[in-house]
Amino acid sequence: MRAGFLFKEVRIGLRRNLTMTFAVVVTVAISLSLLGIGLLSNAQVNAMKDYWYDKIEVSVFLCGTLSESPTCANGVVSADQRAAIKSDLEALPVVQSVFYESQTEAFARFKERFKNSAIAQNVTADQLPESFRVKLKDPTQFDVVVSAFSGRPGVDIVQDQRTILEKFFKLLDVLRNGALLVGLFSVLTAALLISNTLRIAAFNRRRETGVMKLVGASSWSIQLPFLLEGVFSAVLGWVFATGLLSGLKYVVDQKVAPLLTFTKFFAWNQVWISSAILLGVGLFVSVLASLITLRRYLKV
Amino acid sequence: MIRFENVTKVYAGQERPALDGVNLEINKGEFVFLVGKSGSGKSTFLRLILREERPTSGIIHVAGKDLGTLANHKVPELRRQVGTVFQDFRLLPNKTISENIAFSLHVLGYSQKEINREVPEMLELVGLEDKGDRLPSEISGGEQQRVAIARAYVTKPPIIIADEPTGNLDPELSVGIMKLLDRINREGTTVLMATHDSGIVDQMRKRVIELDGGHVIRDQVRGVYGYTG
Repeated sequence: MRAGFLFKEVRIGLRRNLTMTFAVVVTVAISLSLLGIGLLSNAQVNAMKDYWYDKIEVSVFLCGTLSESPTCANGVVSADQRAAIKSDLEALPVVQSVFYESQTEAFARFKERFKNSAIAQNVTADQLPESFRVKLKDPTQFDVVVSAFSGRPGVDIVQDQRTILEKFFKLLDVLRNGALLVGLFSVLTAALLISNTLRIAAFNRRRETGVMKLVGASSWSIQLPFLLEGVFSAVLGWVFATGLLSGLKYVVDQKVAPLLTFTKFFAWNQVWISSAILLGVGLFVSVLASLITLRRYLKV
Repeated sequence: MIRFENVTKVYAGQERPALDGVNLEINKGEFVFLVGKSGSGKSTFLRLILREERPTSGIIHVAGKDLGTLANHKVPELRRQVGTVFQDFRLLPNKTISENIAFSLHVLGYSQKEINREVPEMLELVGLEDKGDRLPSEISGGEQQRVAIARAYVTKPPIIIADEPTGNLDPELSVGIMKLLDRINREGTTVLMATHDSGIVDQMRKRVIELDGGHVIRDQVRGVYGYTG
């Protein structure tokens, strides 16, 4: 079978079954978009993790006037203790840098954060603890700092921001998994629709396929036009899905990012990577659904 | 060209065999009528040749191929050796006469140049050179059957099988079909035609094989339809 004749047959097939072609294209577009949104939420979670984990610090709070932990029984941290803690922190190999925040600085930051709130007016500098902000070379190594400094005289508590963020990221992971699952199920739906559409197409064209068998066409050349119809619909659906994801990225950049400045958003190349994955999924699913269906309904 | 050795076919769920120990040989260039009542095994015989069915036992050779050992993916190759014509024509209703004939060539991968050469030649052979652009619904039944023959013959297969090709046609149109098949036979093609049409068989005086209850009860070199002794 020559390419010219093949494409003519494919065109006739798609046109004769126009409503079904439309349904398949739309279904593939929607299901690939859903899967793409799942992939982009994954990219978004990763972008946020990168952004936040990079900023994570371990805070070593020193005993202040309000500290209640047993290590602070002797009252406010002494200058010797503070200096010893600082030099011990800096000596740890996992530590990248140590930044000291005095009560005054803590108060300034506090006022800045709650500047529109009544709380700020009831707080004075000596109520806030002084602390060391420790930046780690590898944020997963926070245990080292926690075990070395918890319970040391002069240290109130050692707090790792990662434990707070992790609860938040667990929630995001659940949402992302949900989005991916919805995407996968809708792709499965699209595969079933492609399969059923081809079954109908094979039934509608049983005269043609009957004649093809009669004159000795190979089963491959009988199935090829149907296969290409399925692939064509899937590729067209993929084009729409990619358009939709690009639109989503545009809206995020234009409307959402200026409002939510506390995080980074997924980059354009994540859109292209997702799109490439969607093309792979679309082709794989449509070819597989076609081959299984055609093997059953177009037996030579 | 076609050889049956002790071929028996029993369909699943049936006790009586459709063909029962059939032995026969059809040589290259022969014209053979296959006659017999409905249910005598004619259709089974033709289906076995095209390997639409497999025999329960026995050996079948068609165009040099042993159908018992022929792999499934080689079946299309067998069917390219055997042109088929049916009672109901089986033309594609939304393709023109020319396109119907060209369809065989297209699906077998002939070039446009070859198609442009072969199709008009076939139209001329079957006497429809001025009707190539018509749709099947716009021509008569006899003409449709001639198109079906052109489609079966355009690839020049060594064997043509015709299953009741005149079954739907008036006697005067049938004559045209028989002339055409005879002409194709004279060009060296083996023709096997299953028929109920006694007039045609009596007129042509070709080899006649009669089946009854799955047995070959008659095989005459220059036979007639009804056996009168």
